[in-house]
Amino acid sequence: MNLISINNLRASIEEKEILRGLTLDVKPGEVHAIMGPNGSGKSTLASVLAGREDYEVTGGSVTFQGKDLLDMPAEMRAREGLFLAFQYPVEIPGVSNMNFLKAAVGEMRKHKGLEPLAAKDFLKLVKEKAALVELQDHLANRAVNEGFSGGEKKRNEIFQMAMLEPTLAILDETDSGLDIDALRIVANGVNALRSPERSFIVITHYQRLLDYIVPDFVHVLYKGRIVKSGTKELAIELEERGYDWIKEEAEANA
Amino acid sequence: METTTVSPAKEKWMAALGSSHEFTNGNVAVVMEQFDFPTTRDEDWKYTRVARIANETWLKSERVESCDLTPYLIPGLDAYTLVFVNGRYNATMSVAPTEQGIHISHETTVAHPRAEYKHFFQAYADAACTDVLNVLVEKNAHISKPVHFIHIITQNTVLAQPQIHAIVMPGSEVQFAESFVAQGELSSFTHRTLHMQVQDNAHVHWDKIQLETDAQFLMNEENVRIENNGRFNINTLTVDGGWVRNALNIALDGLNIEANLHGFYMPRRKQFVDNHTKVDHRLPHCNSNELYKGVLNDQSTGVFNGKVYVHIDAQKTNAFQSCGNILLSDDAQMNTKPELEIYADDVKCSHGTTTGQLDEEALFYLKSRGLGEDNARRLLTSAFIGDVLAKIQNEAIRDYVTHQLTQRELLFA
Repeated sequence: MNLISINNLRASIEEKEILRGLTLDVKPGEVHAIMGPNGSGKSTLASVLAGREDYEVTGGSVTFQGKDLLDMPAEMRAREGLFLAFQYPVEIPGVSNMNFLKAAVGEMRKHKGLEPLAAKDFLKLVKEKAALVELQDHLANRAVNEGFSGGEKKRNEIFQMAMLEPTLAILDETDSGLDIDALRIVANGVNALRSPERSFIVITHYQRLLDYIVPDFVHVLYKGRIVKSGTKELAIELEERGYDWIKEEAEANA
Repeated sequence: METTTVSPAKEKWMAALGSSHEFTNGNVAVVMEQFDFPTTRDEDWKYTRVARIANETWLKSERVESCDLTPYLIPGLDAYTLVFVNGRYNATMSVAPTEQGIHISHETTVAHPRAEYKHFFQAYADAACTDVLNVLVEKNAHISKPVHFIHIITQNTVLAQPQIHAIVMPGSEVQFAESFVAQGELSSFTHRTLHMQVQDNAHVHWDKIQLETDAQFLMNEENVRIENNGRFNINTLTVDGGWVRNALNIALDGLNIEANLHGFYMPRRKQFVDNHTKVDHRLPHCNSNELYKGVLNDQSTGVFNGKVYVHIDAQKTNAFQSCGNILLSDDAQMNTKPELEIYADDVKCSHGTTTGQLDEEALFYLKSRGLGEDNARRLLTSAFIGDVLAKIQNEAIRDYVTHQLTQRELLFA
């Protein structure tokens, strides 16, 4: 059974149609990479799946673990196990990372009918998960993303993911702006979280990330639809040949 | 100013005074003649509607009532408590200071009229004062416990006009707390006046916690004069109340003084909160800081009017003022007006007021991690007023205020 089933999804923002009939199935444990030229709709897909309200879904359906995802508000999608690692993580002055995470973990546990974690166990979990992405303790105590470097922000996203243990993680250009060391740390963190139950949709512009997070499938998004799918070799081919041949193929088929 | 026709409101209020005008010297009639009820045509009352106060007849409580004090004590705060019930000082319910260096005395009338009255309510507060407490802190005394004034309203249509006259003598240190509470949903008009001298090198900290209900009117006026090397902090914490006006008049009348005025207000429903501050820098080398934060919901209204005067002699002044506001609803309204008048040329002064909405990106970020809409909003508003809460030095008081906010679902628990 599919973990998530996106069927003929259409979405627009300010009357402009960005997704034009996107179809994608992801099974538990799979890693799907989504690549594509600028403006093809990659980040829109991430936003629509996470429940950002700026986008209007004009057609199609998304079934997540058997439920209608589009019917849920953003917080319910998160509680059901969907996680979006933001391309641009938001700085929230005055809100400490710890309080924020405590609240988020609390909501997840409540949704699953679990008791809140004891303070001691929570701290233990923080320590363990922060180590995954080599995030220093002091960052966990600071305000959410405030004054973090680009790399620290992205590591913080993966740290949050590790804390919240989603069934589907969408990484929206998590590699953008990272140097090679930070990229490796982030990728190691993600790889440590791979499991037969957890799936990933990795959105990226560059093949580089996929050397570290090896995908089961690679899809090319163009003009709001998936125009080509393959395995990791497709990513390498894209790196060598660029996107023009894909565009030409797509236009010819249109 | 010559008042030829008297408004019905004033007529009603004067009638309520009866014959018991309470200046022992000076002529109240002359003072009261000068003023009528302020209207929104008066600059100082432009956004402050007093018509609803005028419509009611408020009467002084002739008796000193008693009630259970327990609900109004601050848990974990070891303090002296001075209790006013319906504006009347209740000595039996109070635990007055017993240590050396601090003296409390009680009077039922204002012995001396002010040199100058600015508006109707000031004159009325003196003419129909309910009780006066005099506080004297002796030279070099360090008072070991906070002094907590508790104002409780227990009846409807009460007129409570208590006054506190404090002299904090050179080199002394004292911490005051003050709460305004009601025994349930009541209607009342309270005008509490404070006159205080913070003398040379004295340190005073004052936390004012306003916890009234929707049909109550609360006016506070603080007149504080600070002398050389004096230090004065006041936190104006408006948690609840239908109509609140705080008027702080702080005179920095010496060298090397520091005055910090902080406050928050979180009105909702149809509540109204007005903070008028006046910081008067008269001499050189003084610092003043003002930080006010407001979160306004529903159809509530807020006013911030911050005046800073820097006299020609007040060189090397540092005066900072900031007022930030978040509107949580389309119907909430905030009126801000910073007023700086600077006559000295070697000073650092700044002011900034902002009024905006919660950051939508931050809200979405929190929701995408599983926080519900209400919790996400509360987490952000908690962060917003957090720096004002942090100005409350006493942990028990800070916990109490936090608890009051949390209980009203205004803060993230």
